[in-house]
Amino acid sequence: MPTITFAQSSGATTEITVAEGTSLMRAAVTNSVDGIVGECGGQAMCATCHVYVRPEFTDQLLELSDDEDEMLDCTTAERTDSSRLGCQIKMSPALMNIVVDVPADQV
Amino acid sequence: MDAKRAEHTVIIGAGQAGIQVADSLRAEGYPGAVTVLNDESADPYQRPPLSKDYLSTAAEGTALPLRGPDFFESKNITLHSGRAVAVDTDARKVSLDGGTVLDYTHLVFATGAANRPLSCPGATLEGVHALRTLRDAQNLQRALATAQRVVVIGAGFIGLEFAAAAHARGLEVTVLEFASRPMGRALSATASQWFAERHRTDGIDLRLNEGVTSIERDEAGLVVISTTGRRYPADLVLYGVGVLPRTEVPQAAGVATDNGVLVDAALRTSVPGVLAVGDCASFPNVHTGTRTRLESVQNATDQGRHAARSIMGENSSYAQLPWFWSTQGALRLQIAGISEPTDEPVILGDPSSGKFSIALLRNGALAAVESVNSPADHIAARKLVGQNISVDPATLTHPSFSLKALAKTLIPVPS
Ligand SMILES: Cc1cc2nc3c(=O)[nH]c(=O)nc-3n(C[C@H](O)[C@H](O)[C@H](O)COP(=O)(O)OP(=O)(O)OC[C@H]3O[C@@H](n4cnc5c(N)ncnc54)[C@H](O)[C@@H]3O)c2cc1C
Ligand code: FES
Repeated sequence: MPTITFAQSSGATTEITVAEGTSLMRAAVTNSVDGIVGECGGQAMCATCHVYVRPEFTDQLLELSDDEDEMLDCTTAERTDSSRLGCQIKMSPALMNIVVDVPADQV
Repeated sequence: MDAKRAEHTVIIGAGQAGIQVADSLRAEGYPGAVTVLNDESADPYQRPPLSKDYLSTAAEGTALPLRGPDFFESKNITLHSGRAVAVDTDARKVSLDGGTVLDYTHLVFATGAANRPLSCPGATLEGVHALRTLRDAQNLQRALATAQRVVVIGAGFIGLEFAAAAHARGLEVTVLEFASRPMGRALSATASQWFAERHRTDGIDLRLNEGVTSIERDEAGLVVISTTGRRYPADLVLYGVGVLPRTEVPQAAGVATDNGVLVDAALRTSVPGVLAVGDCASFPNVHTGTRTRLESVQNATDQGRHAARSIMGENSSYAQLPWFWSTQGALRLQIAGISEPTDEPVILGDPSSGKFSIALLRNGALAAVESVNSPADHIAARKLVGQNISVDPATLTHPSFSLKALAKTLIPVPS
């Protein structure tokens, strides 16, 4: 099963193994990962599930949809090229051991 | 009151607002004990997915928690199973249904709302559902598995979200609405007419100006009888006819209520040490100049954060801009601000493309924006609405105009 590693700005990391198809946001919220809020329940409406995907995994991600792109403009922490919404990343074999950085601020 | 009493905040209700109060108290460095009362059998969960993803075939099948199980222990928050049945505001004690009595220094009502019951004959027949809790959603999910014909009573947000989810599962869906347009309480006429047309084009039989007089059961199943005398056979009926704030406990305790628990700008009730937040709270809304009760995640979480700061001794006024979303099948609606029926609607973009916004002008200023499948407009609107920005309809409808560009030209106002 795929594993997600959430890295906090403090240096602490949490590793979570999830079923395929689970979103990064759901994995984080279900396991109390600090800094991932998921206020809208995964509808790409709130941008409180913002993560920075480590460069080695960005190629494996599905392309950014227009909606996600537009919502990323309203993240609390700065948007970068590696910014994504955790609720829009669904775990798949291609993302087996994905590592993401959690922004210092989310709301 | 005992001056030596240990600091203890008791929060009644473990929903979106109550859990946020607890979380924010810890984030603000609250030194005392924090207890949240949960009267549902499930761990605290998010409601919005219950009428959307949870019911569509693609559902992940489990509720989305509000916080993970470790959260409570790691933040030293007690999640206590039980229902508050009485509060003694002089002695500062809360009594629970199991007989437990808790002392408090601060008490927060975060009791939410309950569905307004359907009042017609047959409303309590088996197969007639409401949707508010995870248990309701579980019942519906089971019923949807075998149903073919669904009748939805009420074309509000819950009714239409459910209708879209049921339709996406291939079921035949009829929606009966007493009023002349869907989502009439919250949405401009322009937007609600657009939604009515779209749902019909998608194959939902939406009937306006048609209420329900009774529900019967015959050998074949349920029959919904409408004000026009038509009979609609159904295997499953869902009604969503609004909610009522849950004020029975505060009212009995002598806390002032009037369609909600009355709070001041700092979210404090008429009784010292007692606050209220979320769906159950009626607060002075700086954006409309009237008392309002809002039923939204934004309102629940932002008020939760604000109440925590009030408990910490801050005396600031709650002034967050209300915003709301609804997803109905492929249609994504986002609203910033609160519109009034007399606002002037100006359409931005082309509704026939399925992606557009409606700006609502009040005395020439931007009072609210409704966006359909246009998150960029919505995000810009959240920055613009509430700043009393005067706009000319001719500028708004000019092909080169964008809300996003307008928002960028504004220098952020320090808060
Ligand atoms: C199906 C559904 C879909 C929704 N979709 C959206 C959406 O898309 N977007 C949006 O913005 N909003 C949506 N909402 C609204 C949003 O979920 C609510 O506004 C929000 O949950 C309100 O939070 P709350 O904490 O005030 O109340 P609630 O979440 O209702 O929590 C109140 C809790 O208090 C408990 N309680 C009550 N009395 C007592 C007592 N005496 N003792 C102990 N516990 C008690 C209740 O059982 C409940 O668990 C939706 C709501 C529903 C039901
Ligand atoms: S959970 Fe709201 S945008 Fe991802």
